[in-house]
Amino acid sequence: MKRIVSFSFAAACLFALVVVSCKGGEDTNTSGTNGASQETPSANNSATSANTASYDPKRGEGKFDASNVKVAALDESMVTKGDAIFKTKCSACHKLTDEKLVGPGWKGVTGRKEPYWIMNFITNPDAMIDKDPELQAQLEICLVRMPNQNLTDDDARHILEFMRKNDGAK
Amino acid sequence: MKLQSVFLYSLLGITLVGTSCKPKGTSSAVTGGAAEKTYVPPGKYDELYNFVSGGFSGQMSVYGLPSGRLLRVIPVFSVDPEKGWGYSEETKPMLNTSHGFVPWDDLHHVELSQTNGEVNGKWVFGNANNTPRIARIDLKTFRTAEIIELPNSAGNHSSPYGTENTEYVVAGTRFSVPADGAGSDVPISSYKENFKGHISFISVDKETGKMDLSFQIRTPGVNFDLARCGKAKSHGWFFFSCYNTEQANTLLEVNASKNDKDFIMAVNWKKAEEYLKAGKGKKVPVKYAHNTYNETTHTATSEFKNEVIVLDAAELKDICYFIPCPKSPHGCDVNPTGEYIVGSGKLAALLPVFSFDKIQTAIAEKQFEGEYGGIPVIKYEAALHGEVQKPGLGPLHTEFDANGFAYTSFFVSSEVVKWNVKELKVVDRVPTYYSVGHLCVPGGNTRKPYGKYVIAYNKITKDRYLPTGPELSQSAQLFDISGDKMQLILDFPTIGEPHYAQAAPAELFTKNQYKIYKIEENKHPYVAKGEAETKAVREGNKVHIYLTTIRSHIAPDNIEGVKVGDEVYFHVTNLEQDWDIPHGFAIKGANNGELLIMPGETTTLKWIPEKTGIFPMYCTDFCSALHQEMQGYVRVSPAGSNVPLTASIGKNAADEKAQK
Repeated sequence: MKRIVSFSFAAACLFALVVVSCKGGEDTNTSGTNGASQETPSANNSATSANTASYDPKRGEGKFDASNVKVAALDESMVTKGDAIFKTKCSACHKLTDEKLVGPGWKGVTGRKEPYWIMNFITNPDAMIDKDPELQAQLEICLVRMPNQNLTDDDARHILEFMRKNDGAK
Repeated sequence: MKLQSVFLYSLLGITLVGTSCKPKGTSSAVTGGAAEKTYVPPGKYDELYNFVSGGFSGQMSVYGLPSGRLLRVIPVFSVDPEKGWGYSEETKPMLNTSHGFVPWDDLHHVELSQTNGEVNGKWVFGNANNTPRIARIDLKTFRTAEIIELPNSAGNHSSPYGTENTEYVVAGTRFSVPADGAGSDVPISSYKENFKGHISFISVDKETGKMDLSFQIRTPGVNFDLARCGKAKSHGWFFFSCYNTEQANTLLEVNASKNDKDFIMAVNWKKAEEYLKAGKGKKVPVKYAHNTYNETTHTATSEFKNEVIVLDAAELKDICYFIPCPKSPHGCDVNPTGEYIVGSGKLAALLPVFSFDKIQTAIAEKQFEGEYGGIPVIKYEAALHGEVQKPGLGPLHTEFDANGFAYTSFFVSSEVVKWNVKELKVVDRVPTYYSVGHLCVPGGNTRKPYGKYVIAYNKITKDRYLPTGPELSQSAQLFDISGDKMQLILDFPTIGEPHYAQAAPAELFTKNQYKIYKIEENKHPYVAKGEAETKAVREGNKVHIYLTTIRSHIAPDNIEGVKVGDEVYFHVTNLEQDWDIPHGFAIKGANNGELLIMPGETTTLKWIPEKTGIFPMYCTDFCSALHQEMQGYVRVSPAGSNVPLTASIGKNAADEKAQK
């Protein structure tokens, strides 16, 4: 489902992110160096007052960008693998039509989003939900953060190919 | 006014950062810096994991130190309906024994696996005291992976102490009994003649951790209380404390406390291995259960074994040696160098310290004072390094730091005493609240103690916490031992009754942990890898329902065609692949626990409906904003009803069938 996010709404989301953080930074804890042994317990990182200044909503955040994700003619063997992953890890929440289940339907997603944005999002959902205005708006509708389903890079590429086929790519 | 209040604060020991406060005349007040030393700020991790036995709870608890925060209770020997342990079909076999399904036990001691005498973070072992068993907990998952029963044993107390590469964990019987089998029906008064001790050596596979009852050593009938392996120079030896050398079988508190000295038993297990290889062991028919949890099928299986190899210490003269030890020794602890063995005679007014070198010399020169039950008894003086005089009353257990000091608990005088192992001099003592049993110095049983703290595990708390009726929580107390003087810095309540505990730096355990089970690797016979695989299948009066859970629905969520008296098996697969997102599963009226299913796991709840009607099922573990919507219905019809079996989500399949 397509949603046009007005500028003021996006700004409101950004503002909300600064005030409300959903999740502690999880890499700040190196066990063994605990607060008790430190002179001054360092403040926990405030990564979640999301550093959105550098966030690129076209690319998302993660391993992928235009340089390492290339799409060409449809690769059916990738589609088959993507289909199997979809059945196990995605289909409980997403339909292949534009109908919302737990999350939005997949129809048309490859037309709305760059391939590398899709791959970033499905491999790194938490960081992106915290920063991406459109994902924030989506969360207000669905109320369930998309879980990290521990996809490998190859899994993500296969899912992308499966989505392309679903959107009629040849 | 200001000055006065500062003075008051100091007296109360609530000092401000940077000021130090030493109230005169009492060492029991919590003095300056305690809060700082134990405060772990929100969102920060503790420095150490502390694995604490739950005693009569049958479980093992995991605390963070120095905060004293409870992190997890691992179900081991007792059923736990909260986690489905002993209730789910997959975990029921874990509690099988030769006596059938045993839902409870008494877990006294923990033992972390080691490499070269140092904690390696792979496994932690626990003992069942009542129905003798050893459990192995896998520290990748903090779940019980294996439980092995011990034949010929009773009151499995001197266990599960390990060797310094975890070649073995040992288990000595506290209550000597006649060996299992037909010959065990004897008069109790024939103790001296018919009752025997058995020390089990359980080998542990270096890679997989898999346990195997390698052999047992038969000993005279006495009570084996505690044990420690030799290390470094004394690697290859094991030391057990024994009491009731009087061989009393009634009113032991009097009749087993008569002898001035009982024994420490030194066991040369390398020699025992040689005899085993040479075929000197006797194969004895027994029956014991060996239960293993398989991580890919998410299912436990029980195997029954029918034989154990027994070496007789009275026949093979150079496996075991007795060393006299005053009086009814309890703890038996070996210092980090492996040279000194401390016997804590709980009824003695002194602490004897034995020397491994002297024991070896005494054996070589045959400095024996005779035999006991066919086993040589080394002369007390020949094995003795020295005695700590008048250390306190009721010594129980000793742990060590890296600086040559020992810390011994005194149950009767309620204190921890610090003393110098070489010089046998007491250097400090602190009161505990109250009646301390075991102690733990992080790494205090290893070659390289981490030190820094000693934790006392107390049996009595009386007035330490807000009261909770007749039964009060037992407790642990954390002392800072980084300076010359021990300093009490924290009290915290514990589950059950804490006995022994071990602790080690957190990074040893955090690096290998699982966050999820990979669903691709799930080999459970009833897994549903995705909602497309969910279904209901009838096989006679058995109904297998393959369900999946994901935030925020159960699939299928409309089930009809179940009949009264059916055996319904809900095989629930958690499709999540995200850390810390278990789902729960429960159904109204089930004479059973719940399921708590980890991401990527499949577990099964058995339900035999006894009434007709509509039975809601739901997720019990709050998982998302729509958790309250995560539910479904099962319709139960009378036995012999012809309502077809359907399982659906999104549309009610039974209605659709009816319309056709």
